[in-house]
Amino acid sequence: MNVSTKSILMASALAFASPALAAAPEGVALADDQTFTYRVLDEHSSVDPQIVEDVSGSEIVRDLFEGLYNQDADGNLVPGVALSHSVSDDRLTYTFTLRPEAKWSDGNPVTAHDFVYGWQRLADPENASPYQWYVEVMGLANAGPVMAGEAPLEDLGVKAIDDHTLEVTLASPMAYFPLTTTHASTFPSPKWVIDEHGADWIKPENIVSNGAYVLTEHVPQERSVRERNEMYWDNENTVIDRVEALVINDENVALTRFLAGELDRTEVPAGQYPALKEEYPDTALSFPRLCNYYFNFNLSEDGPESTKDVRVRQALSYAIDRDIIVENVLQGGQFPAYTFTPAATAGFEQPETEYSTWTQEERNAKAKELLAEAGYGPDNPLSFSYLYNTDEAHRKVAIAVSQMWKQTLGVDVTLENQEWQTFLETRGNHDFEIARGAWCGDYNEASTFLDLVQTNSGYNDADYSNAEVDELLAEAKSMEDPQANYTRVEEIIAEEMPIIPIYHYAGVYMMSPEISGSWPVQNVEQNWYSKDLYKVAQ
Amino acid sequence: MLSFIVRRVAVAIPTLLVLLIISFWLMQTAPGGPFNSERPLPAQVLANIEAKYGLDQPMWKQLVDYLKGIITQFDFGPSYKYKDRTVNDIIAQGFPVTLKYGVISFVLAIVVGGALGIAAAIRQNSWLDYFAVGITIGAQVLPNFVMAPILILVFTLWLGWLPGGGWNGGQWDHVIMPVIALSTSYMASIARLTRSSMLEVLRSNFIRTARAKGLPDRVIIWRHALKPTILPVVSYLGPAFVGMVTGSFIIDSIFSTGGVGYFYVNAAFNRDYAVMMGLTFLLGSMTILFNMVVDILYAWIDPKIRL
Repeated sequence: MNVSTKSILMASALAFASPALAAAPEGVALADDQTFTYRVLDEHSSVDPQIVEDVSGSEIVRDLFEGLYNQDADGNLVPGVALSHSVSDDRLTYTFTLRPEAKWSDGNPVTAHDFVYGWQRLADPENASPYQWYVEVMGLANAGPVMAGEAPLEDLGVKAIDDHTLEVTLASPMAYFPLTTTHASTFPSPKWVIDEHGADWIKPENIVSNGAYVLTEHVPQERSVRERNEMYWDNENTVIDRVEALVINDENVALTRFLAGELDRTEVPAGQYPALKEEYPDTALSFPRLCNYYFNFNLSEDGPESTKDVRVRQALSYAIDRDIIVENVLQGGQFPAYTFTPAATAGFEQPETEYSTWTQEERNAKAKELLAEAGYGPDNPLSFSYLYNTDEAHRKVAIAVSQMWKQTLGVDVTLENQEWQTFLETRGNHDFEIARGAWCGDYNEASTFLDLVQTNSGYNDADYSNAEVDELLAEAKSMEDPQANYTRVEEIIAEEMPIIPIYHYAGVYMMSPEISGSWPVQNVEQNWYSKDLYKVAQ
Repeated sequence: MLSFIVRRVAVAIPTLLVLLIISFWLMQTAPGGPFNSERPLPAQVLANIEAKYGLDQPMWKQLVDYLKGIITQFDFGPSYKYKDRTVNDIIAQGFPVTLKYGVISFVLAIVVGGALGIAAAIRQNSWLDYFAVGITIGAQVLPNFVMAPILILVFTLWLGWLPGGGWNGGQWDHVIMPVIALSTSYMASIARLTRSSMLEVLRSNFIRTARAKGLPDRVIIWRHALKPTILPVVSYLGPAFVGMVTGSFIIDSIFSTGGVGYFYVNAAFNRDYAVMMGLTFLLGSMTILFNMVVDILYAWIDPKIRL
């Protein structure tokens, strides 16, 4: 197999990155008690890598299991079980070399077969994983037929050449494929344990895992505890001994418990960041996250005629003062958005959309002009409803925006809130006029966001369809540098405004100064690994 | 009495069945489903998941299978949201928690509430009465979702005496705040009920007769007045007991106790059908059982209602 130059560079970059994995830098005085305790909003769904679907579950799974690659503090790939990989000339075949010393917590070696088993398990219709579709995101060959049960599992584009060589075949070239291997659902699974215990294999008394930690206790809706895995290949360089995730539903109670010293990390309740930052400047943190917040228009047949006029959509978008939303409503260091893709996305150069360069007065003037042109005004006022799911922060944004629309454009907005499941169903059925939307990236590359505006995307709630966008995005998949396509798509979104970008997220936390020095604030996906953290003596 | 109990049990079974059927139907007709999320699942994936849980079957078939599972194996099915657990697991883990803090709250509410009520009635219009009435009104208007965070603020953050949450196998220091937060409003209701009932009894003819006979107050209260006084209180205790031992969403969610109260409400939000049904079954059967206990107690206390 011919190895392309790029992959050699990639492989050597990875090899260089590995010594940096030793968690604590030399000369740092470590705290005696290396227990990291943090708050989670809700009980995790599962710790089975091929079943887990929620953020807090994935955080635990990333500690318990280790996939081909991990991320470092900046979100770059670093070796996990895989030391490096090479890519064939046609860019369809990836060959990963696995670390020979990697072991499961029961002492068995981690082999390529464990990855094949895990990935097949993910695609297996009988296993019914909620992340089954991820094998398609990864672009594995034959993913579709295997998922549908029309082809045997062995046909999936992954096989073990020997114990320490994994070969992956893609359906079509995809430059960001290696990035997808840090996702929890791609982690290996111990077949012998699953065969023995069935669905109970992830209970603390049965579980066997290959990550830096093992699950030692789980009391649903109260806490889960993971402790150091003595068999982990890099156990020597791991500092944190014990990690406790405490389930605390109420964020204000969590804050009180944080202040009482019971927690090392918790979320800052909406609107409280400025006050907390002033009182605890070293403890209150805000940093960019890979998520966006936007409004969907309904461009489907069921949608209102008024917003099918691009001038109306532009007017509504321009009239929103995003600075007020982030600075006065949310107050947590969020970023006003004029593109769909967050600026924090790796390798993505945020294009300067035209309306982002105007002042708000200019935007308001333009908005009035456009709306009048479209035939709406005092004699023929525009009115519609805005749908969001019941939540304090969403309500605040909705009220602020509806006021801006009312004051600037004289538009009447009825605010409508629904409980989460009802909201999802209503929005999914296109039974709305304008609806809230938000998205967090599955991987750190712009397509994880932009794919949403593709005609056949399952998450295209606006029902937007533009042949040029579809073509640009399809082409981007196999391009070495798709930035030009992404810029063009963002420009089209700004011109046609099928959605209104409102803001890009910030992670807003209270974090004990003991731990915050090692926290990967630069990693916008917030894929953190307890093995890379350490607590310094205070 | 025996035939009364047999009769009540015979009615209880169809009642439970109707309860289950109605809840099942209501739940299925609510919009949304357990597998909806911000990111809708591709049709193929959704079909696989629904097939795994039998949700692709017609509704009557799902109901029949569900009831068959309960009757033959006492199996309440899997949780769709917490995929590593069954409903039986959730009940086995969460019910002992709420049972513990519920029973303690219940006993505390009766003892303190009853004592306050009786004391207030005996010394009507004294400072003791005003104090008791003041306290109970205060306790009743302060809802537990306000009181619970205040307790944490005071006892955890300011005083540092108690842990701010968690259960830790039911250690005493983790039980105190949930018990206080849960029992106060019940305590207040019991105190007010006892007080007004005692006042009424104390004004009745047979008490006047007892007084006329020259019986000491102590004997009048304990031997003659107490039994009729607790009659209206007892009818309140049945549902109150069920309410306390099946937990409270507020208590479980604010103190992270892991009790079934939280799972019940959350299951409704998540459309976690089997968990909702299982807990409805638990709650329903306990309600029926304790209403029956109350009826029996009634008959025992007041021969007039003997059945």
